[in-house]
Amino acid sequence: MTALIVAEHDNDSLRPVTGVVAAAATAIGGGYDVLVAGEGCAAAAVEAAALAGAGKALLADHAAYGHQLAENIAPLVAEVGGGYSHILAAHTTTGKNFLPRVAALLDVAQISDIMAVVDEATFKRPIYAGNAIATVRSSDAIKVVSVRGTAYDPVPAEGGSGIVETFDNIHDAGLSGFVGESLAVSERPELTAAGTIISGGRGMGSGENFALLDGIADKLGAAIGASRAAVDAGFVPNDMQVGQTGKIVAPELYIAVGISGAIQHLAGMKDSKVIAAINKDEDAPIFQVADYGLVADLFKALPELEALL
Amino acid sequence: MKVLVPVKRVVDANVKVRVKPDNTGVDLSNVKMAVNPFCEIAIEEAVRLREAGVATEVVAVAVGGSACQEQLRTCLALGADRAVLVETDEPVHPLGVAKALKALQDSEQADIVLFGKQSIDGDNSQTGPMFAALTGLPQATFASEVKPQDGSLEVTREVDGGLQTISVKLPAVITTDLRLNEPRYASLPNIMKAKRKPMDKTTPAELGVDVASSVEVLSVERPAERAAGIKVESVEELVDKLKNEAKVIA
Repeated sequence: MTALIVAEHDNDSLRPVTGVVAAAATAIGGGYDVLVAGEGCAAAAVEAAALAGAGKALLADHAAYGHQLAENIAPLVAEVGGGYSHILAAHTTTGKNFLPRVAALLDVAQISDIMAVVDEATFKRPIYAGNAIATVRSSDAIKVVSVRGTAYDPVPAEGGSGIVETFDNIHDAGLSGFVGESLAVSERPELTAAGTIISGGRGMGSGENFALLDGIADKLGAAIGASRAAVDAGFVPNDMQVGQTGKIVAPELYIAVGISGAIQHLAGMKDSKVIAAINKDEDAPIFQVADYGLVADLFKALPELEALL
Repeated sequence: MKVLVPVKRVVDANVKVRVKPDNTGVDLSNVKMAVNPFCEIAIEEAVRLREAGVATEVVAVAVGGSACQEQLRTCLALGADRAVLVETDEPVHPLGVAKALKALQDSEQADIVLFGKQSIDGDNSQTGPMFAALTGLPQATFASEVKPQDGSLEVTREVDGGLQTISVKLPAVITTDLRLNEPRYASLPNIMKAKRKPMDKTTPAELGVDVASSVEVLSVERPAERAAGIKVESVEELVDKLKNEAKVIA
């Protein structure tokens, strides 16, 4: 029994979530290899082979894989993964894109967004925006599983075999092509990896007012997030959205500002260790999950908070 | 150009579901049901493509129990031209649904198949890409903008790092994200008209597919509740608590 992990990376280096998936593979038991598919991604494969517990890294380096197009990645993963007991990837927009395609090519089910491994065939996963937790068991010969980014602490970046093998069989379906991207550039930590997050909601009133969070985020070394309402209103871009259909986060400290606390938002952040909420409506549902709630006008509270940090 | 829109009947997004006391599932008796919100966005996009003269026919399809007819009627009222129900009393699973839809696509030969990116009950986010794999079609998931080109679609996708634009050859599979469009409300005349629009029925057996699942649900539990917190009176007190009690800031 060995698992194949499909690494998440930006061609230069591994994303931290790959270490989380490796921790899930470790919990399943039986060891794991890591497939690193991309273009010019040899350095990421070296990092993958170094992950604690890694058997070997398989490097598939070709232009067809450069932008993780599902039509090209999925047949590769299905081909390589056919010999493994489990195929694991992160439940991110990348994993969610190609992994179901892999499962269908192998004619097996996928188990999405697992929070915990019970045994090699049994997993816990949230349903209904996290309002219920299902324990599910797969009878498939190959278990295809996507792992929630907050499910486990990542494995250490050292202690693996260091073996990198190249995989030369290229899959290029020719059905899709990369046109362009506009990725957020920020000096701040990534939302899904940040120890502290401060998020704004509809109560922020405008995109300009999100600047009120900047100074606080700088002082706390925090990432800045947003509720769906704030993204829908056009205050901030989609990559900042925390919630059922956005990013799932579980930082040490989550500060919710002007966020009412719809269940879809809570689904994305309620596993945070400590939650603080600032809202002028004392009946806002966010206070039901907040460890510390402050009923206040955020436009007064935020400058005060920044001054006190 | 034909657009096929698979839709799912799910619990209404505003309902807070309860786990059954015997932990076999969630209690859906007497709960308001609706078209899955992402599927509603897919219907809207398909209807807009027809209104723009790109598409000529919009077909809504559901896989599930007889009650799904209610949601298919809603789709017809929102502008779909006809509907197909693949009727089964078995619990539906992404791979089984994808197989049934693949069999349907073999005869429908739609040029665009527009899915919601996930259903708000199972939160699996699988069916669109699984269908794309089974049919060998390209996919553009989490779409926030779809621009028809000659023989292809240019689709902007909401990805974790921001936005990505890809081009997919037709026929193609799209899955919708939240900001692709804002669905319209069905007008009363359109609701009346929808009653006369055609709705065909078939079954997985007639389509020759097995929709049984290899995944068994052992139990469904309530999530761990967070202990009730406290209200603080001032920003000073908040900072003090975070520093000295929770010890999460320095």
